[in-house]
Amino acid sequence: MAASVADDAQGTGSAGPNHGLRIFLIWLPVAVAADLLLYFVYGPHMPPGQMSNTAASQQFDIKVMSVLAAPIMAFVLVAMGYSMIVWRHREGDDEDGPPIFGNVRIQATWITVTAVIVLFLAGFGTYELAWPGFAGAGSGEGPAPIWKPNGTTLQVQVIAQQWRFTYRYPQFGGFETTALMLPVGEPIQFNVTSLDVIHSFWAYQLGVKADANPGVNNVAYTTATQTGNITVRCAELCGLWHGAMFNFGKVVSVAAFTAWAHKTEIQLAAVTKILPPYATSYDPTVVPQINKAMAKAGIGGANGYYYPPQDPVQP
Amino acid sequence: MSLPARVATLVLAFLAVAAVALFVVIHYFLGGPPTVDYSSGVTPDTGATVHVVMQEDPQNTVSTHPDWVSYFIQDPKTHAWIHTTLFKVPAGSKIDMTIYGYDGCTPLRNPYFGRVTGTIGGVEDVDGKPVKVINSWSGCNVGHTFSIPGINLNVPMASPGLTASLCGTSPCTSGPHKTMTFSFMSPKGTGEYFWQCRVPCGGGFIDGFGGPMQTIGFMTGNMEVVS
Amino acid sequence: MAIETQPERAQGAGGGQPLSSSSPRPWWRRPAIHTAIVGAVIGYLLGHLLGDWLTGATGSSSQYPNVALSDSEDWPIVLGYLLAVVGWLAGLGVFNDILGRIAGRPAAFNGNGVPEHETSGLARYFRYSLDHKVVGIQYLVGMIIYFCTAGLFAMAIRTELLSPVNHVFTSQVYVEIVGEHGTMMMMLMTSVILGPFGNYLVPLMIGAKRVAFPRIEALSFWLTPMAFLILLSALLLGGFPFGWTGYAPLSIQSTVGADSYAFAFGLMGISIILAGFNIIVTVICYRAPGMRWSRLPAFVWAMMTTAFLMVLAAPVLVGGMYMLLMDRTAQTAFFEDSLGGSSYLYENLFWFFGHPEVYILALPGFGIVSEIIPVMCRKPLFAYKVMAAGMVGVGLLSFFVWQHHLFDSGINPDMRPLFMLTTELISIPTGFIYLVALGTFWKAKIRFTVPMLFALGMYFNFLIGGVSGVFLSDVPADTTEHGSFFVMAHFHYTIMGGLIFAFMAGLYYWLPKMMGIKLNQKLGKWQFWLMFIAFNSTFLPLFAVGMAGQPRRVFEYAKNLQFLNDWASVSSFVLGFSILLFVINFVWSTAIVRERETGNPWQSRGLEWQVSSPPPADNFDQIPVVLSGPYEYGVKDAPPVADLHPPAGVLSAAIAQSAAVRAEA
Repeated sequence: MAASVADDAQGTGSAGPNHGLRIFLIWLPVAVAADLLLYFVYGPHMPPGQMSNTAASQQFDIKVMSVLAAPIMAFVLVAMGYSMIVWRHREGDDEDGPPIFGNVRIQATWITVTAVIVLFLAGFGTYELAWPGFAGAGSGEGPAPIWKPNGTTLQVQVIAQQWRFTYRYPQFGGFETTALMLPVGEPIQFNVTSLDVIHSFWAYQLGVKADANPGVNNVAYTTATQTGNITVRCAELCGLWHGAMFNFGKVVSVAAFTAWAHKTEIQLAAVTKILPPYATSYDPTVVPQINKAMAKAGIGGANGYYYPPQDPVQP
Repeated sequence: MSLPARVATLVLAFLAVAAVALFVVIHYFLGGPPTVDYSSGVTPDTGATVHVVMQEDPQNTVSTHPDWVSYFIQDPKTHAWIHTTLFKVPAGSKIDMTIYGYDGCTPLRNPYFGRVTGTIGGVEDVDGKPVKVINSWSGCNVGHTFSIPGINLNVPMASPGLTASLCGTSPCTSGPHKTMTFSFMSPKGTGEYFWQCRVPCGGGFIDGFGGPMQTIGFMTGNMEVVS
Repeated sequence: MAIETQPERAQGAGGGQPLSSSSPRPWWRRPAIHTAIVGAVIGYLLGHLLGDWLTGATGSSSQYPNVALSDSEDWPIVLGYLLAVVGWLAGLGVFNDILGRIAGRPAAFNGNGVPEHETSGLARYFRYSLDHKVVGIQYLVGMIIYFCTAGLFAMAIRTELLSPVNHVFTSQVYVEIVGEHGTMMMMLMTSVILGPFGNYLVPLMIGAKRVAFPRIEALSFWLTPMAFLILLSALLLGGFPFGWTGYAPLSIQSTVGADSYAFAFGLMGISIILAGFNIIVTVICYRAPGMRWSRLPAFVWAMMTTAFLMVLAAPVLVGGMYMLLMDRTAQTAFFEDSLGGSSYLYENLFWFFGHPEVYILALPGFGIVSEIIPVMCRKPLFAYKVMAAGMVGVGLLSFFVWQHHLFDSGINPDMRPLFMLTTELISIPTGFIYLVALGTFWKAKIRFTVPMLFALGMYFNFLIGGVSGVFLSDVPADTTEHGSFFVMAHFHYTIMGGLIFAFMAGLYYWLPKMMGIKLNQKLGKWQFWLMFIAFNSTFLPLFAVGMAGQPRRVFEYAKNLQFLNDWASVSSFVLGFSILLFVINFVWSTAIVRERETGNPWQSRGLEWQVSSPPPADNFDQIPVVLSGPYEYGVKDAPPVADLHPPAGVLSAAIAQSAAVRAEA
């Protein structure tokens, strides 16, 4: 079935234009132009920007992939377009086309080229992910991260709950706030956890996305390289108000950040006292255990957990 | 079937499908609890004062889910209690809120939300006494919260405590309760700001955040700001 | 093959009393859709009562505190659905044959060794028919209805997204609509090609008179209206707020609408398994003599690989949905972290099914376009073996990539380069489709018929969809793109741009065969151009919207993205209009104008085109002997594709010879 036919697919050896060459000559300027535009003109503006090292590495990643993707897409489109124009059916011609069942060289070339491109992309992606200094490209690495930045990190815990993010700073007494302030130039470690359902902490300009799972600590790293405003949105459907679960944050100078942190630590001391001690995840069953007064009196009002205490089945 | 009969059948079938679709849209998609209008007769952006009155109950005996805890809003003109959580206020005005807390207590999942934020003065008055933080884990102290994240407003609702004589029919008019009063400025310009309770009070649901906590008309709703 | 050729007792079609000389029972006394509805209603009420009794009545009087506090009727609803399905099937007469066999009554076959089925009349399309062609048409109408209903939900979504601050629907209704659209599409469109075209055409293409398991095939169809209606009934119960993915613990936290989701999805999973299973056995065992694997049409290869994916992946879905229902009703703790379960378990179970699922959606599209282009180009399919290898490769690799949906979830970080590699690798066999297409277009004589236009549109759309998939497979880039509109645009390009355009191509191509009726070609061309332009106009901006930071399933977005969202919304209304044009064309051509198209309008060499349109009751008078492949265009003196009336002795000799060939291989 895969018998190559006498007619070589390149068209040489028989009368007629060299279609392969023509397609190549149409494709080449299109691909080069597209690549130049993508890399140099659009490149610096590609999402997610360069406000942090992780965002910059992602931007570079997307740039490289665009530069590779554009010629491939251009090739397929040019070849298809050429075919549709040059080889369209002419009125009155009821003959079949030439019986070309395959061409081993073309097939082998195609398979090899696509395999090389794909393997290169896989390697390149791994490099962007794992090379020291990129520190996992801002994606949540779970409770045991393996790609870490050098030096000490600022710990910021992101607590996701329905439907607000709150942030705790354990290195400043563990105060909790709804405002996200971050210093520029220092490695930041986000410890993302959830109190109820699955959310996702997406700090767009920092190129950080880490799912918040209940009972699990998901660690993501980044280092901001510019000051400015950042947008934080929840990126995993978490119920009714998922669409409204967002807040803004700020990256400021180290001095401004330290001043803010100390000031807020003092200002919120009364609230920090009533918070549970800082932990990487918060077990909900601890709540009724703490509230002995309620447990002794029997719970009034609604219960906050799945099994009410009078239910005999406790795994 | 003859041609005119076929055409007639198809047209009728199409109209029937369109009618069903329209019904679904109007009844299920565009229906919902009513909006209590606190903005009529008030000029926006003048700092005028609007007094909004609400209550939260341990159950509601007026809906298809009688065991779900629920808020009620009082109509400013008739003073009747409406089973809704949607209300409208004028922009740029001072909103004085009075909320009657008839429900018992549940500890907050995140005790941070026992802190009052976003009100004028940073306090709420519970039975007349100013309060900044309520610790929901140390006793039967907090029943619900009234939180509007869009304007960083968070006000915990104190609880009348664990008594057997909590009000049993809704909307409550008598029974042990706490009265919370606080004020905030409504933002300038038109917008919709959702509000929610932060106490996991959805009994029988995981994390207490199902059921009434995710159904508009019970423990979560919208504050519509009109200008 | 043990086909009984002698019926032992003549049976009336549709089961029931043996055929007497008088006419069969009137239509309203024979099991059909109306009795099925009655059965479903009775079943639902019984199930609901049973559930109420189990949980000790509803509301506060239940002895189970979580039921009393939550006013949730999970058990009554789930049991109601279960018995409704049983009642629906009983009302259709699905159990009649089984019970009849238990009672000693043998099954009935006609003179051709095909299970007895009705051969004429409109009423058979509303019954439990054992004719695979009837099941194909039933699936076709059903799928069009499901697609249009889900599409209406999509119109509602885009209406809401016209403004970031002014809301048409409440957030609650919006998230319900999002869930309904997504679930209806992903759940029901799994069978959008295998159901109508696979079931109808595979026996014809392989030279068989029947499918291997006609009752299972019909059952797979009749489960789909129930799944559709159960999913729609979620609206009556307050909907479900978690989209089509149903992540726990949100899905355990939700109110009763989630039971509709889980049950409908699980039911559809069963339908998918049955449909796939039937196709596999049919293709392996019922090929005509001479129909070697190397002569199998591309479409049948696609159906085979799709069917394998269905049979292997859908059981995981059914299991996952069952566990979800158990967590919701029986208070098990599979997915609840604080009670010893894990939310990751659900994600993994779901996506282990979910990834092969999207290839179940993509492969049939590849099969249809690969089938159509040789006919329209008048050239053989280029690199047939590469095409087949590509489909098998995609199917195989699709089981090894699912963790790319979980890159940011906090899975083991060292898993990620591995799954990035496998996901990148799967684009190699996917790319083979383009090698085959470009090779087939080379020096061809391309006729721009409506099916060809849709096929070309599919290639264009899938190119964009596929390349954007490569962007998503790269973990660093995925960190920004996951959960955003970029993903949305990617899968709409591959699924709608790929599968649905291929569906349209297949429909315009094969409807003359299936119904003997020509669809209006002029309206078809209008529909194609409108749909193609509107589709690209709708989804191309969404790549940018996603990269700019808009997450999925949100009703509020950044104000500076309003222009792009509005552009997409208006285009989507035009797209919806083009689908309406299609429905009008379909209904108009099949029901009103009914312009006959018998014969072979595309001059295809396919075996299915060698019989009349529509095919005779048992497909072929005799089992044909296949003499050559279906893509021998342009070959001088190519033998016909098959001998439809092989002389006596030729058939048995051909069977013996192919058995010898098989023994040697």
